[in-house]
Amino acid sequence: MTLEIIGITVLWIFLFGYLIVASIDFGAGFFNAYSLLTGRQHILTNVIQRYLSPVWEVTNVFLVFFFVGIIGFFPKTAFYYGTTLLVPASIALILLAIRGSYYAFETYGSRGHKGYSFMYGLAGLFIPAALSIVLTISEGGFIDMVNGSPVLDYHALFTSPLTWAIVVLSLTSVLYISAVFLTWYANKAGDSDALKLMRKYALIWALPTIITAAGIMVELRSHNPEHYNNMVDIWWAFGLSFLLFLGTVWLLVKKRSYGLAFGLLVGQFLIAFFAYGFAHRPYLLYPHLTIYDSFTNEAMAIALIIAFIAGLALLIPSLYLLLRLFLFNKDYVRGKKDNHA
Amino acid sequence: MGNEEAIFYSRVLTELTLSFHIIYATIGVGVPLMIMIAQWVGIKKNDEHYILLARRWARGFVITVAVGVVTGTAIGMQLSLLWPNFMELAGNVIALPLFLETFAFFFEAIFLGIYLYTWDRFENQKKHLLLLIPVAIGASASAVFITIVNAFMNAPQGFDVLNGELVNISPLVAMFNPAMPTKVAHVVVTAYMTSAFVLAAIAAFRLLKGSNHVYHKKALFLTMKVGLVFSIAAAIIGDFSGKYLAEYQPEKLAAAEWHFETEENAPLILYGVLDNGEVKYAIKIPYALSILAHSNPTAEVIGLDQFPEDEIPPLYIHYLFDIMVTIGVWMTFLSAAYWIGTQMKWKLVESKLFRWLIVLGGPLTMLAIEAGWWLAEVGRQPWILRGLMRVEDAATTSGQVDTMLILFSGLYLILGIGSIVVLTRMFRRNPVEKELADRHAEKGADIS
Repeated sequence: MTLEIIGITVLWIFLFGYLIVASIDFGAGFFNAYSLLTGRQHILTNVIQRYLSPVWEVTNVFLVFFFVGIIGFFPKTAFYYGTTLLVPASIALILLAIRGSYYAFETYGSRGHKGYSFMYGLAGLFIPAALSIVLTISEGGFIDMVNGSPVLDYHALFTSPLTWAIVVLSLTSVLYISAVFLTWYANKAGDSDALKLMRKYALIWALPTIITAAGIMVELRSHNPEHYNNMVDIWWAFGLSFLLFLGTVWLLVKKRSYGLAFGLLVGQFLIAFFAYGFAHRPYLLYPHLTIYDSFTNEAMAIALIIAFIAGLALLIPSLYLLLRLFLFNKDYVRGKKDNHA
Repeated sequence: MGNEEAIFYSRVLTELTLSFHIIYATIGVGVPLMIMIAQWVGIKKNDEHYILLARRWARGFVITVAVGVVTGTAIGMQLSLLWPNFMELAGNVIALPLFLETFAFFFEAIFLGIYLYTWDRFENQKKHLLLLIPVAIGASASAVFITIVNAFMNAPQGFDVLNGELVNISPLVAMFNPAMPTKVAHVVVTAYMTSAFVLAAIAAFRLLKGSNHVYHKKALFLTMKVGLVFSIAAAIIGDFSGKYLAEYQPEKLAAAEWHFETEENAPLILYGVLDNGEVKYAIKIPYALSILAHSNPTAEVIGLDQFPEDEIPPLYIHYLFDIMVTIGVWMTFLSAAYWIGTQMKWKLVESKLFRWLIVLGGPLTMLAIEAGWWLAEVGRQPWILRGLMRVEDAATTSGQVDTMLILFSGLYLILGIGSIVVLTRMFRRNPVEKELADRHAEKGADIS
């Protein structure tokens, strides 16, 4: 395995980590707002708050880790993506900032009002949409080189069906991932009302997620045939991902093994996400930038990989401790003990 | 929008984001240490006031951390969005500390979450104190790593330039550049100092506003004592920074000191105004600049005459230097007077006037932090990488920076107001007297 492949794999793992934890977070905010609108807030709020409070800061780190890492391993991405993404990334940043800080203001400070909860829920849907633009751009066709500098073609971007297919996928999968996770969490908490509601949402969002995912394939066929063909070559991975999807839905319908259902869901997205990334190889930005021509020097790559391994040695036990104390602690999950500062 | 404007707005937006971020970042670095000290003292003295102090600081700290995290994310991404050419070049050499910073941040985030949600969970309070150590280490470590990146911009090394390409890159040499020791030490120590004085200001303010509770007196004494220690440390490291500048970045020192001609026996200029190249109303301390630069009153100090005009930083940084140093010295004296005064039981330190001065010290030290950063950053002009890349070659070519500036200004306004409102409400509604009474009621209920 070359250093380039190790580098991009590390980053892809972290992006996947962000995808899962942020989806849970964004979806939870949306369901919280929605239940407020339909007068069912008392059912969900406790479960959602209890999970989110100790981990909200960790979620953010996954994102920071990804964008710092990509500049580290692939400095040229700063030139292409940095220049073109000013507007979408700034908008995502502003929404993230408002959402993150107001979550803390609300949870630790004073209870906010309804309007704020709606904003919070909506922002959670706009952020994945704004961030997923990067995936669209990486497929090529939206960046023109003017006087040696990349310029984003907004018209082409916003009129492309591919853009909207990816945006819709990001929204449906956020809601689906979050609903399945919260079903499991509500079950652990022994909160049958929340369980019922979240299970319903999970089943509602399952179908749109898989349909939009398939829709992307269709769009890619005309937009980026090379990527499409690479994906067809590893069709079995997507087939396996689909089987895992069926497994999750089946367990949800049968009302059992919610933990396993969530596990299958993670597996489904993991396989699809890696197969998608694998097929995109070697391009970081089709066709301008590959992982080979943008890779950093060898000394830095080795230093980063060593730092990465040392960092993981520190993080994995810490994350395990965090999960033990909150996610997998019965007393905490069931709300018997709060103990917050 | 022309490229000139993109550069200008990129600079303004970066300055705005950083100036806003460092308020929260400074608190984020210093306060965990203060919480740790308070909790440790509380356990050692078996005094619940200190434990409560730690708990209440922790509660307020969450709010500042939240703003620090989101604005830190903003500046992290803005580096690539606004300065893509810089990041492309520097990323090859300085990515390691940037990467390490996120690890430190990750580590801190995990343990802060645990710490905040395990109050009263452990039988033994010492276990809870142990959780705070990684928080404090993570907070300081991220300051260390990010300051290393900044130090590299002032003293780039660890690579060779061959035909415009960077070769022979050595990440560790880049990290341990000559600017790093003084910069890192100064940043960390002044963050501790500032946090101590900000917390002292709060305690003094409560004492002035009617509460005469011993809790606030303990808080005030603890924070002023810690503040004194760190302000002395800051002054010593500041002296080393002067020596570093004389050696490696003489143009920054010369511009900050209005030292135009290279000369021996150089005097230090304090205050004054610059009028058509003439220094007026300034206090001149003979030989002091030579001492600051080389520990030798007769040593030669390089002046601005040695540099081409387009490589000289703006001369207004002298005022920033004055502000920073004056506040630092003033706070050292104020906290020393407080500490001695308390030992000697002087009436003065209990007086209203003195307490108001302590209250004022909070915002003043924060101002000194801002002034110090502006001095360090503007003093590096016109370079983004000293001697290597000029600011105008680093900026984005995007035409929408001005709109983004407006959006981010709005964001910081909302966050600034929001955090102040939430913090004041949080503590006004739950004063310490009430919380102590509640805790006693709870304990009483447990017994009976």
